[in-house]
Amino acid sequence: MKNPLDSLWGTVISGVVLTAILYYVVRTFLN
Amino acid sequence: MDFVPAVARWVHFMAGIMWIGLLYYFNFVQVAALKAAAADGTAAGITKHVAPRALYYFRWAAVVTWLAGAALLGSQFVPAFTLSKGMAGIGIGAWLGTIMLFNVWGLIWPNQKKILGLKPATDEEKNKARRVAFLASRTNVMLSIPMLFFMAGGWSHRALFGI
Repeated sequence: MKNPLDSLWGTVISGVVLTAILYYVVRTFLN
Repeated sequence: MDFVPAVARWVHFMAGIMWIGLLYYFNFVQVAALKAAAADGTAAGITKHVAPRALYYFRWAAVVTWLAGAALLGSQFVPAFTLSKGMAGIGIGAWLGTIMLFNVWGLIWPNQKKILGLKPATDEEKNKARRVAFLASRTNVMLSIPMLFFMAGGWSHRALFGI
């Protein structure tokens, strides 16, 4: 599998996905 | 001492803009520019004159950003980093910023020194250093996205966090 960080779009999409995951964690478990 | 948070926030923003601005410059501009410049033999202009200066401001802006952020948190420093109730959002932002600072000083800068010839390295070591520095830099771009979401989580985010 290609590393998503090798492309700029892959990096940005990974960042947005990570944002959504962390937001869910904060909202559900830590807020 | 009421002026400390205001000055800390001001410095945190200025240094943060310089840090993340240069991070985006490296990733969105310089990587592609170096590839094109290497093809027509003009890469030295970037590696000799631009990259060392950009890296200098990049790595020290990272330190100033973190220190000003810590000053801004003040007595909320420990509650933020332990993700205490009501502090989890800014705490996640602070942790992401801290990981990014370690990436700058622990991975990007030591490997860039080899790439730019500031530290002796064989061609094989330089190639490895290029890959490590590249991935650490791209990791920081990825981390900057949630970092800015949580750092900038002010009143505009109240609906998202159910406040």
